[in-house]
Amino acid sequence: MTRIFDLLRGRPGDADYGAKPVIVQGITGRFGSRHTQLMREYGTNIVAGVTPGKGGQTFEGIPIYDNARDAVEATGAQISAVFVPARLFLDAARDALNAGIKLLVAIPEHVPIRDSLEVLEMAKRHDAIVVGPNTPGVIIPEVIKIGIMPAGPFKAGDIAVISKSGTLLYEISHSLTQSGFGQMITLGVGGDPVNGTRLLDAFAMVRDMPDLRGVVIVGEIGGDAEELLAQEIIDTGFKKPVVAYIVGRAAPKEKRMGHAGAIVYGNYGSAESKVSMFGKAGVPVAKRPMEVPDLLAKRLESVD
Amino acid sequence: MRLLEYQAKELFGEYGIRIPEGRTSADVAQARKDAQEMGYPFVIKAQVPVGGRGKAGGIQVCHNNGELETKYPQIMNMSIKSEKTRAVLLEKMADIKRELYLSLFLNRSKRCYTIIASSEGGVDIESQKDQIIIDAGTGNVDGEMAADVASRMGLEAGTADGLADMLKRLSRLAVEKEAELAEINPLAVLGDGSVMALDGKVITDDNSKFRHPELLKYQEVSELEETAEKSGFSLVELGGDIAVVGNGAGLVMSTLDMLHDGGGKPACFLDVGGGATTETVYRALTLISKMDGVKTILINLYGGIVKTTTVASAFIKAYDDRLLSVPAHARLMGAESETARAMLEGTQTSLHDTVEDAIDAAVRGTG
Repeated sequence: MTRIFDLLRGRPGDADYGAKPVIVQGITGRFGSRHTQLMREYGTNIVAGVTPGKGGQTFEGIPIYDNARDAVEATGAQISAVFVPARLFLDAARDALNAGIKLLVAIPEHVPIRDSLEVLEMAKRHDAIVVGPNTPGVIIPEVIKIGIMPAGPFKAGDIAVISKSGTLLYEISHSLTQSGFGQMITLGVGGDPVNGTRLLDAFAMVRDMPDLRGVVIVGEIGGDAEELLAQEIIDTGFKKPVVAYIVGRAAPKEKRMGHAGAIVYGNYGSAESKVSMFGKAGVPVAKRPMEVPDLLAKRLESVD
Repeated sequence: MRLLEYQAKELFGEYGIRIPEGRTSADVAQARKDAQEMGYPFVIKAQVPVGGRGKAGGIQVCHNNGELETKYPQIMNMSIKSEKTRAVLLEKMADIKRELYLSLFLNRSKRCYTIIASSEGGVDIESQKDQIIIDAGTGNVDGEMAADVASRMGLEAGTADGLADMLKRLSRLAVEKEAELAEINPLAVLGDGSVMALDGKVITDDNSKFRHPELLKYQEVSELEETAEKSGFSLVELGGDIAVVGNGAGLVMSTLDMLHDGGGKPACFLDVGGGATTETVYRALTLISKMDGVKTILINLYGGIVKTTTVASAFIKAYDDRLLSVPAHARLMGAESETARAMLEGTQTSLHDTVEDAIDAAVRGTG
């Protein structure tokens, strides 16, 4: 499942290799317009925007369409960055998937679970990837940035970073970069209970990339995504270095810690459960963000 | 939102799921009246948003006025796992022949609803071995699926029909109210073979709140939490003396963990969201100023796009406005941090290079 790289970067020989066209749904919103500028500054090829009722206008030279169907028809884009408010997400996603979008990066936070489930059903039928909701996005450093992450922390390289948290994704990527570990891709799966791309799916997207040297997983309390990933690492005998960082050790049970998905019921979703499963998979778990590059360096040494 | 038992049972009632006759009250005077109308004996049950009530003594039987007078105040004044009793439910006792388990929950890893049923109820389902587990897509359970679950439970014909009917009703409740969990444990089989929900647990999706004005009456938020929510913040009060603030849920959890490792006691978890402006930080400080027992503020901000100078000016304004008198230890990662440091020179806000340093200073300050 290395398809995400085909979608985001393409293959050498593609006319648009490294410059894949992207549409932005909600381009005229405060958030959408600001991040359209920032994505563009980073080099992302934003070809169209969507805002119902504003079709025919432009935003900084980018044509706006009333719906994703028109935007896709005009540009051939397969990627959409969605910046609409949570309650409009279901309609926006339906519009995009019906239009032929194959990678939907869903930024909004507070999307109802029922709407997410419905979008994922649709995505399955359309053979499309959804990243999010409540994701900071996905970035192939120095190639394409789709989302709200700052550009500063990231540098091209051969480590994959997969995270449930946004700010920790920046923080840890930054410390990796500082320690000389650039990133092949970094992806936020989002802090919701239901993720279009789960930790497991994100891992499947990167594991077979030939140049991959190591994987960093940033998990948090809630659900059992980390446990399932650890089990997958055991079952498939994945040999490249994997390092994890899990937050929420000190969080009380049955309290939602900022993210809709960050909640422990009994032992289900607890940090102990996740840390212990990673232990079984031979994945060292950092106690602080700054420990991640050290742990990774050690694991790389023992492999090389 | 986690509903209390009596609230879950109100929903059960709406959906035609049979429950014992009961009355809810929060003072003994009302309970006396209810007792007279209902007649003894009955059980009295602490209404708290946590499990383990039985073991903690939060469920008692009352046979007469004398027992009500002693047991009711005991339960009403009780705290279970540091949750105070919100109310007390008086409930008629049922003629229980057998106890089963039934629930429908959002299966996060499979991304669908899953039914769990067990022929042994009344205990923690995690410890149950003979569970029947069936995935149910978006939560709609039709007659066939319900009959299948019931038939696998090893019940008599009439009871199986009753259980299947109850499952369909529970499914409608879960789908229509957008519940992450709808659980009946125990589900009683009575002497006559009919079924009844003896206990109920319902957790609804906070993000769908806007579609469910009818559930707002069940919402329980402190004044501070409500203020936080209006600002787009997320607040959890934790009772210690160091207020922990940051941008992004993961970063604040991370700070909380490190503070815990360093021996500090957090007063709160306050996530001001991914972006942080002068205004949001000022509002966060306002919120903290209203909290009891805060001796130090610990701030961890990772500014990607945000300038640290705007954050620094929020602190200066908060102290100038005499909002705060306690010291603050901050780690501000981002643009112009040298200027921010100069701005804060000689104020009660100390800037630290790493979050570890900030935590260390905060713990020493309160220790």
